[in-house]
Amino acid sequence: MEQAWIPLLLSLKVAGWATALNIVFGVAAGFGLARWHSGARDLIDSLLTLPLVMPPTVLGYYLLVLLGRRGVFGAWLDRFDIQLVFTWQGAVIASMVVAFPLVLKSARAAFESVDPQLERAARTLGISETAIFFRVTLPLASRGILAGALLAFARALGEFGATLMIAGNLPGRTQTLSVAVYAAVQAGDDSTANFLVLVTSVTCVLILVLAGRLVPQHSLMTSR
Amino acid sequence: MPLTVDIRKTLRTAERQFKLDVSFTASAQRMVLFGPSGAGKSLTLQAIAGLLRPDEGQIVLHGDPLFDSTRGIDQKPQARRLAYLFQDYALFPHLNVRQNIGFGMHTGWLNPGRRFSHPQIDYWLDALDLKTVAGHHPAQLSGGQRQRVALARALVAQPRLLLLDEPFSALDHALRARMRRELSDLQTRLDIPMLLITHDPDDVAAFGDQVVQVYDGSVRENAPFAGYPRTVS
Repeated sequence: MEQAWIPLLLSLKVAGWATALNIVFGVAAGFGLARWHSGARDLIDSLLTLPLVMPPTVLGYYLLVLLGRRGVFGAWLDRFDIQLVFTWQGAVIASMVVAFPLVLKSARAAFESVDPQLERAARTLGISETAIFFRVTLPLASRGILAGALLAFARALGEFGATLMIAGNLPGRTQTLSVAVYAAVQAGDDSTANFLVLVTSVTCVLILVLAGRLVPQHSLMTSR
Repeated sequence: MPLTVDIRKTLRTAERQFKLDVSFTASAQRMVLFGPSGAGKSLTLQAIAGLLRPDEGQIVLHGDPLFDSTRGIDQKPQARRLAYLFQDYALFPHLNVRQNIGFGMHTGWLNPGRRFSHPQIDYWLDALDLKTVAGHHPAQLSGGQRQRVALARALVAQPRLLLLDEPFSALDHALRARMRRELSDLQTRLDIPMLLITHDPDDVAAFGDQVVQVYDGSVRENAPFAGYPRTVS
């Protein structure tokens, strides 16, 4: 039973890092897509949303091809003695890619709902464009972004397919909660499986309740 | 008021094309651009404030070229030092009254704190009877209070010109008359030049020392106001 805490803590660490990075990239990309008026916008939005509909194992395979030792990017990283395959950092990247569209979609919708009149008002008051982003646009979009980040955290916490492909199933090192559940069931260890499933369920319910309090339920649904 | 506007701009949407062709010189301290909705009054105001870039022409205030297409001058809205009162006031909903008024006085990447204090802010809170609501957010204010906060926010930086976009349209009838009086007194006291756009003849009566009529994107005349068109709602 005590061993169940190890995958839970690892999962929280992996999902936490993935969500933190996703907030940075998702907010930047969401803001760009909300403000950039071009024909290519919808195409780029679709490409960035792909991880939401693709099978995680396919994504994991792509990541292996990219980040593996002989991969395009992996070979370059290897020169600096950085390996991502079979590490928890690799699991972070897998979770990040899978959950990224959730932050992107929420951030884009949140930025698009900010009244442009308020930014114009700030401009006439002499505030620079960068300051307007941090003082008006971002604070007014923050609830939507936070709701998306919570969903992304829940998604990252439950990541299985891509994580298994790139980080493997090394107990104590890369064995996250959902991978541990699979391993426990495969090994016929029902009591461990039950406990892990219970912990996972409670965590996910808590996150959804929190997300629901931040934004009305219907906007959560449409932001998917 | 030494303001000269002579600009042209073509706006295209999928359905229609709108040509703005505005040329006038303001001679009075209080001037009204008068015309029906959709005539291009707001666009003219936005161009003066630097929120809309004209295709060509020039805008000169006190001999300072704000925009001049032949000389390639286009001052940023941040640099023009004009005050703009938006139709729906555009108060920042996440900031309280004090923070809204002090918004422009506080540069940098962070908003002023909830208790941000400055002699100018306290002066305006007092002058416009907003002291009791200084800690309130815009959603908690009445229509008249919202307009006063927007006015204080616009005037606190001592602008060179006050632009007002349909300032009373969001208020009910009784309040409208009172706020007109308040604005009129304020303008007289500060002696700040103002340019007001409206489709309401009562605004023309109160502020139209000089009236320019705008119709379908172009200025029709630059003469004393002849009378109220009956078709305007």
